[in-house]
Amino acid sequence: MNNSGPSFWTVASSTLHMMLSSATPVALAALGGLLTEHAGIMNIGMDGMILMGAFVAAAVAAAIGSAILGVLGAILFGIVVGLFFALFTVKLKSDEFIIGCALNTLALGLTGYFARAWFGVKGISSEAYFSKLAIPLVKDVPFVGNVFSGHSVFVYLTWLLVVVMWLFVYRTPTGFWIRAAGESPETLRTAGKNPERMKWIASILCGVFCGLAGAYLSLGNLNGTFVEGMSDSRGYIAFACVIFSAANPAKAYLAALMFGFFDALGGQLQGVIRSDLPFAYLTKAIPYVITVVMMVYVVVRAQRKRTRMAKQQFKNLG
Amino acid sequence: MTDEIRFEHISMEFPGVLANDDISLSIRNGEVFALVGENGAGKSTLMNILYGINTPTAGSLYVRGEKVTEFSPKAAIDRGIGMVHQHFMLVPSFTVAQNIVLGREPKAANVLFDNKKAEQLTRELVAEYGLEVDPSAEVRDISVGLQQRVEILKTLYRGADILILDEPTAVLTPQETDELFEVIRRIVREKQMTVIIITHKLYEVMAISDRVGVMRQGRLIGVKNTCDVTERELASMMVGRPVLFDQLEKTGEPGDVAIEVDDLYVSDNRGLPAVRGVSLSVKQGEVLGIAAIEGNGQSELLEAITGMRKANRGTVKICGRDATGKTPGEIRAMGLSHVPEDRLSTGVDRAASVADNLLTGRHKEKRFNLFGFHQRRSSVERYAEELYEKFDIRGAGIRTEVGSMSGGNMQKVVVAREFSFDTPVLIISQPTRGVDVGAMEFFHTRIIEKRNAGAAILLSSADLDEVFRLSDRIITLYEGRITGEFRADAITKEQIGLYMTGTGEGAKA
Repeated sequence: MNNSGPSFWTVASSTLHMMLSSATPVALAALGGLLTEHAGIMNIGMDGMILMGAFVAAAVAAAIGSAILGVLGAILFGIVVGLFFALFTVKLKSDEFIIGCALNTLALGLTGYFARAWFGVKGISSEAYFSKLAIPLVKDVPFVGNVFSGHSVFVYLTWLLVVVMWLFVYRTPTGFWIRAAGESPETLRTAGKNPERMKWIASILCGVFCGLAGAYLSLGNLNGTFVEGMSDSRGYIAFACVIFSAANPAKAYLAALMFGFFDALGGQLQGVIRSDLPFAYLTKAIPYVITVVMMVYVVVRAQRKRTRMAKQQFKNLG
Repeated sequence: MTDEIRFEHISMEFPGVLANDDISLSIRNGEVFALVGENGAGKSTLMNILYGINTPTAGSLYVRGEKVTEFSPKAAIDRGIGMVHQHFMLVPSFTVAQNIVLGREPKAANVLFDNKKAEQLTRELVAEYGLEVDPSAEVRDISVGLQQRVEILKTLYRGADILILDEPTAVLTPQETDELFEVIRRIVREKQMTVIIITHKLYEVMAISDRVGVMRQGRLIGVKNTCDVTERELASMMVGRPVLFDQLEKTGEPGDVAIEVDDLYVSDNRGLPAVRGVSLSVKQGEVLGIAAIEGNGQSELLEAITGMRKANRGTVKICGRDATGKTPGEIRAMGLSHVPEDRLSTGVDRAASVADNLLTGRHKEKRFNLFGFHQRRSSVERYAEELYEKFDIRGAGIRTEVGSMSGGNMQKVVVAREFSFDTPVLIISQPTRGVDVGAMEFFHTRIIEKRNAGAAILLSSADLDEVFRLSDRIITLYEGRITGEFRADAITKEQIGLYMTGTGEGAKA
């Protein structure tokens, strides 16, 4: 062990700490995205939804001085965005891809404009935000305390939401209907339920989850600050997590953790590599590149396994 | 018997089409009523009114004497009406039990879906109606015949006592069809259910129904007691003129071998073995029919012969020349024409006109071609008009976009083009899928004409009757292997059915 730097255990625990916090917005957005995925809507507009959530949360918190109301604002605005998304994709049957792209571009422009128009060049900085929670007892446990304590409340809320969403998707009638709406809408219709309504519900809930993800970015993670484009493509990573996990909430959270881990690792490397070196900024790309590569690998492997199993089955038959 | 359902002067008008024209019909309690008619005759529309998918534009509907005012599937389900659609309404990734209770799920603690209860309810239904099926199996893993059972159980779970079956046997083997009919008889006898069956297979009408209604061009032509009519009379009523069934005259002696396939191995799209060591030969002036349930290698076999798919092993010879590994164009040049299985994806260009589709494959011929690049429209159109007449294509002329035509007419475009090449070898797949009785008769006559003129024809069809009617010899394929070879006049449909499921004697060959 090197005496001049921090110990391995310190680095490891702070990396894992960062992993949890940077996985959270991705996981929250993925929880919403997996609903639209199940409902049969290709939703690449999550990045814009997150960004708008971050803006609204910070703006409301700054204006009113309450972080809770900021989150509520982001949730309400998420509902509006979800309705907007559903209006075009479900009701007017526009191309989902185009609407998603439009939403992302619109979010970038609108939030940038209003941030400057209302709060000047410095951007939004809210006095009210969510402070980090030190969890009694846990915080004093060596290593474990460093990893699990001292997060914003969103991190813990996300764990709860993963469980709730898993139950919702796989263990409630509404969850079944949403999945049926995506997989076989006419079946659901002949069963006397309206598939379009399920798609509306999925879109609205997705808006809410992305709003939460955004609120975490500005109010939970960055102490009340909104920065232009702060969603930083997390919406796309969330979309990748949804696809990778076959829209299973638990697996989607694991995928988000994987992204979080490499994001944290990239962050640590940034501290080590001298910033005047060429390509030093490439460390920022690490989490994105590795996440995508890992996911491709996992998906390809799963496909191979399916083919192998099918071949096996075929042999047994013959 | 009392009237269970009464249609009174029902009309249904879609923009530009009168799908149902003043239909009055009573269906009695506890009977099996067959509804027959050609495609587009309005059978499904009428049943969709009963099931609440369509709201009639005129007339009234009475169920058990009560006038129906609200048309929706939900209201129909509440009235005890169940419908098994031609394309199954099932969620593939859900289990049998989950599909059955969809929309009316049993709940635990008022919020959660109670899977145990769902499976238990399914088992109770299975026991009550004798429709054996595993409640916890995923629907995508079970056979088509079992999926249909799930559909029937679904309607029973919803408390149906009126059951509508839309073309239920289209996807079944003869054995599965027998089982289905057994089920229908049982539920009618033991549970006093009323069953309405939409079909165009007339022998099935004779086998299962008490009464039969014939529809043509949106109108109800007549209602008969099944015991009072013959298949031939029904066919004439459907088409509106005498139909020449069973008058295909096969003449001539078989000549030289024109298609020769030796020990062929082909993989499917997933890379799994689909054809496993098939050898066959077809002589000139002979039709060899392939009888197989979908997905047993017949598609891959024909694709390999026509050059659309690469074979892993084995050889294909067309008119004595090696066609293995050649491109479709090269194989066509050896003297092969091909009516493909799926006319939409490989038979026609939907966005192109009838004339352009008829011309495909002939662009380079001198008479259509000026200086190597210019189509001579006048000669193209003259040529297209000629085929249009000859093959009785009905539409708005040769400049119509093919995609806007009916399935039968689209198929006529494909057959007209392929038959016009006058090649010694014809590969024909699903010639009459989704085509009505009148057009079917037309295609069958043309195919036999080709046969009598000395063409070697390899035919694959999901319609076993068609295979029997057209073939001189029949082979059965099961899981990519030939399980039997027969003279068409020396075997019955039931026997063939056993070989198609790999249970016939000699199936292990």
